[in-house]
Amino acid sequence: MTTNVTPAAPPVVPVPSRRHRRAARRRAAAPETRTLVSRHALGTTRGKIVYWLVLAFVLVTSTFVFVFPLYWMVTGAMRSPNELAQVPPDLLPRHFDLSGYKEAWRQLDLGLYLRNTAIYAGGAWLFTLGVDVTAAYALSKLRPVLGRAILGLMLATLMIPPMVIILPAYLTVKDLPLLHVSLLNTPWAIWLPAAANAFNIFLLKRFFDSIPTELLEAAEMDGASPLRVLWSVVLPVSRPILGVVSIFTVVNVWRDFVWPLLVQSDPQKRTVSTAISSLAVQVPENVLIASLVIASLPTIVVFFVFQRHIMAGLTAGGLKG
Amino acid sequence: MTTLRPAARPAGRRTGRPAGRRTGRTRFRRAAQRNLTAYGFLCGALICFAFFSWYPMVREVLLSFQKTNFVGAARWVGFDNFRTVLADPVFTDAWANTAMFTLLALLIGYVVPFCAAIVLNELRHARGYLRFVVYLPVMLPPAAAVLLFKWFYDPGPGLFNQVLKAVRLPTLAWLDSTDTSLLSLVIVSTWMNLGSGTLIYLAALQTIPGELYEAAELDGAGLLRRIRHITIPQTRLILLVMLLLQIIATMQVFIEPYLLTGGGPEDSTVTVAYLMYQYAFNFNNFGGGGALGLMLMLVLMVFSAIYLRVSREDAR
Repeated sequence: MTTNVTPAAPPVVPVPSRRHRRAARRRAAAPETRTLVSRHALGTTRGKIVYWLVLAFVLVTSTFVFVFPLYWMVTGAMRSPNELAQVPPDLLPRHFDLSGYKEAWRQLDLGLYLRNTAIYAGGAWLFTLGVDVTAAYALSKLRPVLGRAILGLMLATLMIPPMVIILPAYLTVKDLPLLHVSLLNTPWAIWLPAAANAFNIFLLKRFFDSIPTELLEAAEMDGASPLRVLWSVVLPVSRPILGVVSIFTVVNVWRDFVWPLLVQSDPQKRTVSTAISSLAVQVPENVLIASLVIASLPTIVVFFVFQRHIMAGLTAGGLKG
Repeated sequence: MTTLRPAARPAGRRTGRPAGRRTGRTRFRRAAQRNLTAYGFLCGALICFAFFSWYPMVREVLLSFQKTNFVGAARWVGFDNFRTVLADPVFTDAWANTAMFTLLALLIGYVVPFCAAIVLNELRHARGYLRFVVYLPVMLPPAAAVLLFKWFYDPGPGLFNQVLKAVRLPTLAWLDSTDTSLLSLVIVSTWMNLGSGTLIYLAALQTIPGELYEAAELDGAGLLRRIRHITIPQTRLILLVMLLLQIIATMQVFIEPYLLTGGGPEDSTVTVAYLMYQYAFNFNNFGGGGALGLMLMLVLMVFSAIYLRVSREDAR
């Protein structure tokens, strides 16, 4: 293979001009790179048939596997207990009945638990941003003595899976060393550990590293203090990464189960996840299912709104190293 | 914080004052100030990490060699806690179940997302919809997803048996039988986590230069050979990294046995993390739980070390 087909070097083998032009037009319409299957193969009759069959198969399968369970959940909450026990079930519920949701809200006191979870997530968000942004800025731009060692120690915590230190972490929160106070059943037990997130610091530091130093030096020349530089120069240009860190912090606290299960054991202090799982056996099935829908709604809405950010953050997380 | 006024600094330099001691001292003072500011910025993170990450890591090791009842001081007991958990008949079950869970989760949860990503990368329609749908379960709170599947697993009117009946397949006892209980856990776990792997692979696939496929095709390589000789080698590193991350993540499995089975039937779904929780909170034996945690930590750190090595290779 000697032909080098890159835009910079024209192909050695002459390409039929019509095909060339058509390809160019298609590229202009949808700027996509070539993938496993060539456009040419997709253009043939056989290629088209196979493509549409595969597309149909993928659409049907993924809808059935990923959307249908959620449809079943949303409509299951509208069925009466009798209807839920019916074999075989109807595909549609008999009535469009929202009383299951009302009952779930009332019987499980979901308002309280959603508020708790929101307080935990909101506080964790503030603490994470406050603590991790300043730390990452210090490590990236102020570069103190031992800064590299501190960063190394922080990143080392990524190598210890959270589940294996959950018992000592629980004991620490139960009786804080030196201070001898218990954070159990207080929001601090969620807020402060959430801020100790090495991955956030890693992401933020990497982003701050890419901000040109000249930009900061110019501000310093104008007499801005480091805090002022952080606030008026660094933060405004870091909006994308701050968005990613914010969304992931809030969503992670919202989704977390084991940690709130241990540290918020007071029935009044539970999160929506731990509350539902502990009350699951006491309520009728349709009420339980309705509560699952209500518990899932906030994160689904967040996903609808911030889909781009979430997917960008996901690949940043997947390609970390 | 800076005592020098902005105009004074360049001016002072330009006048060519006898350099040396004076500038050296200024430089030193500025470095000290910079460090002071930096540690002021770092102190919040240092406190949080010290209390909630670094200290628990050390305490995990201490805990497993201590006996504590939270009334008096903890007592050093050497390897007693390890002897206790090793003598527990459930110990081997827990490790076997965890290994089996991880293996099954890899069989489905590792191969399927990669294949799905390859197919999704080829499709020119409904791309946004498919990406959204695949990732949807990842966004559900895990507790909600697991409880949802608990309802689906109901052997009577549960969704799964109804679907099996509809396509004339024999129904299963799902969580109630030792044959299928662990598999049921794997299915929920895979359903919840499939999306993130798929999207990460998809992003990796999009970085493969199209010329490689072009060249291979001109050489007469068919579809499968192009996958084998271009797609897989080009994504080798991310495949390896994801394999390790997935092993580490699935070996910590807790929420599924906790919410679905409570370890049953006949301890067929007790995992190491779940046993650790039971030791601490049901048997009130934090030492035993700590010992189990330490063993799990050591095993997972082997994978972490390989992961670190692989990602360093990537950086080079």
